[in-house]
Amino acid sequence: MANIESAFLDLSALDTLAARDSGVHRLDPRLKVLTAAAFVVCVVSFDKYVVAAMLPFGLFLSLIMALAGIPAQFVLKKLALVSPFALLVGLFNPVFDQHPLLSLGPVVVSGGWLSLLSLLLRFWLTAGAVLILIATTGFNGVCMALERIGMPTLFAVQLLLLYRYLFVLMEEGRRLYRARALRSFAGRGMGMKTVGHLLGGLLLRTLDRAQRIHRAMRCRGFDGTIRTSRPPRLTGRDLLVGVLAALLLIAMRTVDCTLLLGRWLTGLVT
Amino acid sequence: MHMADALLSPAVGGTLWAAAAGTIAYCAKKVQHDLDDRTIPLMGVLGAFIFAAQMINFTIPATGSSGHLGGGMILAILLGPQAAVLTMASVLTVQALFFADGGLLALGCNIVNLGVLPCCLAYPLLYKPLAGKGKNPLRIAIGATLAGIVGLQLGALGVVFETTLSGIAALPLSTFLWVMLPIHLAIGLVEGLVTTAVISFVGKARPEILELSATARPLGKLSLTKVLIGLAVAATITGGVLSWFASSLPDGLEWSIEQTTGRETLAAPEKGLHPILAALQEKTAFLPAYSFRANGQEPIAREKTPPSWPAVDTGTTVSGLVGGGLTLLLAVGLGFLFRKRGAIR
Repeated sequence: MANIESAFLDLSALDTLAARDSGVHRLDPRLKVLTAAAFVVCVVSFDKYVVAAMLPFGLFLSLIMALAGIPAQFVLKKLALVSPFALLVGLFNPVFDQHPLLSLGPVVVSGGWLSLLSLLLRFWLTAGAVLILIATTGFNGVCMALERIGMPTLFAVQLLLLYRYLFVLMEEGRRLYRARALRSFAGRGMGMKTVGHLLGGLLLRTLDRAQRIHRAMRCRGFDGTIRTSRPPRLTGRDLLVGVLAALLLIAMRTVDCTLLLGRWLTGLVT
Repeated sequence: MHMADALLSPAVGGTLWAAAAGTIAYCAKKVQHDLDDRTIPLMGVLGAFIFAAQMINFTIPATGSSGHLGGGMILAILLGPQAAVLTMASVLTVQALFFADGGLLALGCNIVNLGVLPCCLAYPLLYKPLAGKGKNPLRIAIGATLAGIVGLQLGALGVVFETTLSGIAALPLSTFLWVMLPIHLAIGLVEGLVTTAVISFVGKARPEILELSATARPLGKLSLTKVLIGLAVAATITGGVLSWFASSLPDGLEWSIEQTTGRETLAAPEKGLHPILAALQEKTAFLPAYSFRANGQEPIAREKTPPSWPAVDTGTTVSGLVGGGLTLLLAVGLGFLFRKRGAIR
């Protein structure tokens, strides 16, 4: 969330992607949420020195991205932007963990470098899975799926309301930000005192807005729940895809496909 | 600071997920019972406000760097702890889904670190007694600043312990603590000061808002103990269930869970576990070159004497590299293939 403009653009871009239509988009949201969760758990459960065996999971994501028509640059750029934290924590692995683990001729790779690589790969895979989930399902779909899986209704309503007003308030925040930047010379007025007043003003407006929204909602018969017009139904196609995805995930988790492929290829050469 | 999926083991992530889910369920029930339906849109819009507020950054005096608001304490002051936890959790969910800040599995950790700890511990134990009825500006300032600092310190501690328990990062506990706590002391101070500035502004402009929120709220203490007990029960049950799975079905996934839960709950008999884990690992390992080191994963064992490892198998390494390269190529090629097709259509 470093840059206000880019954050706003990202939100709209994801929203636009989610509004597209493809085989992946049409799948039941519950199925996609569960698959994404299983994917993350599978990736995270690998041993900390595993690198190669995780790569097929990248292939899995790539396949879904291709089927859903999500531009790879978009996802890769977002992943690159948020990597620093994982990199920062993992950067010390090579320092603290120097046992040789792999050898390739004269080159010996220590465990620390492997675990750093593994950590980064995990980060990209897990974060990528979430981005792809939201880009193919949309926020409303994810919320509805979570509610059907067992999330409290109040929390689902919360999430939907937050998302609905996110765009409005971000636009207001963007205006405030720009107004302050235009009036600030040599960094004056960028301190905490001004921010206190700016945010205070925004907060007061937000509270008034909440009151207006509440009145409007009461007028339309709001009683604490949000009703959806059509409950999603699981079709045979959904079930088939779900079973296939589950089998694929289990296979990738238990069999090191990368190693098998490599063995087969090196066997062909020699 | 947001926890990431990549730093978590399934057992730690699952336990905190259960804890967070339990807290949310409890808070949702509580809010629905105690507060009128006016709060529901208020919570949603205030969550969006936190986003907008986080975007307006400011320069931190004497450092030249810039910071932004976290928001947990403002929410707790305006909404009360239970509603604040829900709002903060929804903010974190949106951040995880749209901004890749955190992740699906790490969401539980983040909700506990940034939502439950500041709202259910720092707020009722520090802000409430210090700020009192919300009429004295100085008391509000002291309360908000102190609670902001303590809340963030607790969150940073949470991140450190979750990361260390997961054992993915090799950073030793003490070093990590030394890095995280001072940084978050500074961030917490700034957070507290900005919270104070915003709250005092609101107090001057519309004092009735603070008075309302200070009185129209259920007793914090009683519900706090319930939340804590709930957390403990959820953690114990999850830990127990996970370790039960680990002992009855020792395959790859459960093996790694067992390793973590074993370390989590039984710190002492690590040595005794080693041979068993090693045997299990040999049975389940597909990459022997990686796996033998995995047994020495525990930091204590590593510091002592490295086990006499078998000769590193170069063949496996080559196979791994070749296979990995091909998988990557396949992934890229797949993307290109479908893009071309999409462009033609």
